Amino acid sequence: MDTWLKRIRPDANQWSQNAIIVSMTIALLFAILLPLSELMIKAVTDQNGNFIGLMHFANYFSTPALVMSLWNSIQVSAVTTMIAVTLGFGFAYALERSAIRGKWFYRSVALLPLFAPSMLHGLALIYLFGNQGLISTGFFGLLPEFRIELYGPIGIVMAEVLYTFPQAFLMLSVALASADYRMYEAAETLGASKWRIFWTVTVPGTRFALFSAIFVCFVLTFTDFGAPKVVGGQYNVLATDLYKQVIGQQNMQMGAAVGVLLLIPAVISFVIDRISQRKQSGWLSAKSTPYRIERNKLRDGLFYVLCSAVSAVIIGIILVAIYGSLVKVWPYNLSLSFAHYEGFLDGQGPFMTSLLIAFATALIGTVATFLFAYLIEKSRGNRLLRQSAYFLSMLPLALPGLVLGLIYVFFFNNPNQPLHGIYGTIWIVILCNIVHFYSVSFLTMTSGLKKLDSEFEAASESMNVPWYRTLLRVTVPLSLPTILEVFLYYFINSMVTVSAIIFLYAPDLKPAAVAIVNKEDSGDIAQAAAMSTLIIVANLLVRTAVMWISGKIQRRTDTLLVRTKE
Amino acid sequence: MKIKWNVMAATLVVTSLLAGCGAPKTEGTASSSSQTGSEAAAVSNASGEINVYTAIEDEQIKTYLTSFKEQYPDIKVNIVRDSTGIMTAKLIAEKDNPQADVIWGLAATSLLVMDDRKMLESYAPKGVDRVLPEFKDKANPPKWVGMDIWETAIIVNKAEMEKRNLPIPQSYEDLVKPEYKGLIAMPHPASSGTGYLTVNALHQLYGKDKAWAYMDKLHENIMVYTHSGSKPAKMASSGEAPIGISYGYSGIHEQKKGAPVEVVFPKEGSGWDMEASALVKKKDIKPEAKLFLDWAISDEPMKEYNKNYAILSIKQEGSQIPEGYKQDPVSQLTKLDLYQAARDREGILAEWEQKYGSKAEPKK
Repeated sequence: MDTWLKRIRPDANQWSQNAIIVSMTIALLFAILLPLSELMIKAVTDQNGNFIGLMHFANYFSTPALVMSLWNSIQVSAVTTMIAVTLGFGFAYALERSAIRGKWFYRSVALLPLFAPSMLHGLALIYLFGNQGLISTGFFGLLPEFRIELYGPIGIVMAEVLYTFPQAFLMLSVALASADYRMYEAAETLGASKWRIFWTVTVPGTRFALFSAIFVCFVLTFTDFGAPKVVGGQYNVLATDLYKQVIGQQNMQMGAAVGVLLLIPAVISFVIDRISQRKQSGWLSAKSTPYRIERNKLRDGLFYVLCSAVSAVIIGIILVAIYGSLVKVWPYNLSLSFAHYEGFLDGQGPFMTSLLIAFATALIGTVATFLFAYLIEKSRGNRLLRQSAYFLSMLPLALPGLVLGLIYVFFFNNPNQPLHGIYGTIWIVILCNIVHFYSVSFLTMTSGLKKLDSEFEAASESMNVPWYRTLLRVTVPLSLPTILEVFLYYFINSMVTVSAIIFLYAPDLKPAAVAIVNKEDSGDIAQAAAMSTLIIVANLLVRTAVMWISGKIQRRTDTLLVRTKE
Repeated sequence: MKIKWNVMAATLVVTSLLAGCGAPKTEGTASSSSQTGSEAAAVSNASGEINVYTAIEDEQIKTYLTSFKEQYPDIKVNIVRDSTGIMTAKLIAEKDNPQADVIWGLAATSLLVMDDRKMLESYAPKGVDRVLPEFKDKANPPKWVGMDIWETAIIVNKAEMEKRNLPIPQSYEDLVKPEYKGLIAMPHPASSGTGYLTVNALHQLYGKDKAWAYMDKLHENIMVYTHSGSKPAKMASSGEAPIGISYGYSGIHEQKKGAPVEVVFPKEGSGWDMEASALVKKKDIKPEAKLFLDWAISDEPMKEYNKNYAILSIKQEGSQIPEGYKQDPVSQLTKLDLYQAARDREGILAEWEQKYGSKAEPKK
């Protein structure tokens, strides 16, 4: 009996693992692939579901105003990308390849915008450069006036640069952190100038990250809704068009066509990113030596200026938004009060709703992501199944938030749909958030799991320990820091995102980020700024708490690992 | 998740407390409402859930609903709010699968459009006889019943006008003067009811051709077309756009908050529309929806509407004209045909969009 049990147990292991992978793959199918196909169908059919080919697109391209928006979107995105990637490269270079001090400070400042909803930058810009802005009026007459045409492309680009800069910086700093110093030594021996080395060694060495960063910034701007909504003025872009078509005119078919247009650069970016990820990993070898930073006063001086300037702008923007939210009646009564925050902490209010959504997203999302990443990475389940599951897990990377929200409306707001029931509840928002931020979490989790020795699984299998016990007793504790990181990622993004859920939120469960858009819509700039401030504060508090816990755990696992080595 | 448990626990405690002292509580509310009330508006134990679509301003909804919640504590009211144009588009889009049970406080011109499409169900709410005849549908029982009227107002920032040495515009004709170039914010008529009522008033006031000629000139002076009808008033209040074409209440609200604005009702007469309510035609019409419509024209909410709007659909004895309004607000209104306005709506909006909506380039 006993031997018989022993013999089937590994099978039971595999069977249960396969079952979970299959069910999760089906879940992903329903959450991503089917809604996406709905979009494609909607884009080529009329309101009664008859196939009409590319009529909507023909319609689109024969409406001058709409073509103009497409062109506007491309222009704004291109300019933003150029500025953001250049600044991001400079900043990353300063932190990775120069000897300036206070790198930790600059790094945390550079990442600050990630904690704020993208509308915040626009709101702060109104307080600075609007017709009654601090800088426009020269601090209310103290200095000469300085006016720019904020509402329009200038405002959008400024807000988008702030929004995309941290992404560019993050991607490029990872690339710049790893370099093979032997290349630089060789170049120097050959007598190349610093400038030449930069162009022939540094840039090619980071070229894949550079491509990715360029595309990511372009797509982020191309599909962002927050900034053009706040400071776009009469300058129409694709993302606001989509909102107007779908929400304003309830024209779902045309909305689908615009959605497909938004998808194109995102898909290109996705493919390029996948290729560059694969190529990048082959860059370093075991013989590589790490980059050595030489002394250079001039270089460091210049980078101090750059980093301090960028940091000052970022901190300034956030402080101005906070200041604006506290001023009683801008610009006529500058006394400070919390009047604009009134009622925001109510149990039923948008802020509490957002906290609930963010916690639920983070909790459910982290568990699901971990389980799936684990099974794909560590299990011995069916290979084909694992590969298709992996592919599906990457797919959300190619879906901009606006498109994701749109396809969820199409898919779930259909009374004949068995899953129709979750439409209009908090669950569809949570599901949408999980899917929206799933790929990055999945990748983080996978790379975290890769670092663990697969001997654990092999050993436990040979001892007939069920896989879930190994998972709970060994793998989970060892990967806790990664798990917390993923939790944080889900939480923060759920707090700040607006693009997807603007189509989905239920009437009585309005998230804070959507409330910001509504407040701004009806002209309550200060209240919108107040809500943005609350979001930043909440995000920073949660981050601090999670990092603190993570630090404690890290120390414990470190000692554990050392002990096992002895 | 922890929060939710706390809330749930708290709700449980509160409910059981309320249940414990249910009897005296009912009595108390009943006596207080019988003082004010027409019909006996005791706390009802009707329960259920209704979806109410509305274009009433966010900050007004909460105060309005207080008396409904007191009377019907067990009816859950889900409010879906957006600007008039969006609510209209949403309701029309959901025509075959209506989500709303009640439409509350939407522009009468929009309700007329929906009536045209057979989307409304006749219902005579309790006390409908008290509603003045021009404030409800001519059919009996009526398809829609009005609550109040709101009207065009020009909100002008005095401080900014002084700074620029400009007089305060008093009329539509003043607004197209070249000195106001780039200073005016106006709501987009396709999304905002206030925007449409003003554009419609110009049409009925001047006639089609002159109205478009006027708006061509006005367009030259516009800084931005906003999504909501109250935003121009708020932009005027902060001086972001010193002149806002908006509606009376929104400007007066800003005044009360201490902004240096003047609320001007244009000399030629204000455009206007009516906030009205209706029952949505659908398979299962909930009795709670009818209760809501009964309540919507009862005394308690009427008193609240009166705090924001000078003209009500039910004659108020000794009702006060809100501060900031002229003595007789009715005389401020132009003569309008709402039925004509509803018929013209689609055509005017399409032409407007074509003429001014495609101004995609930023102004130089």
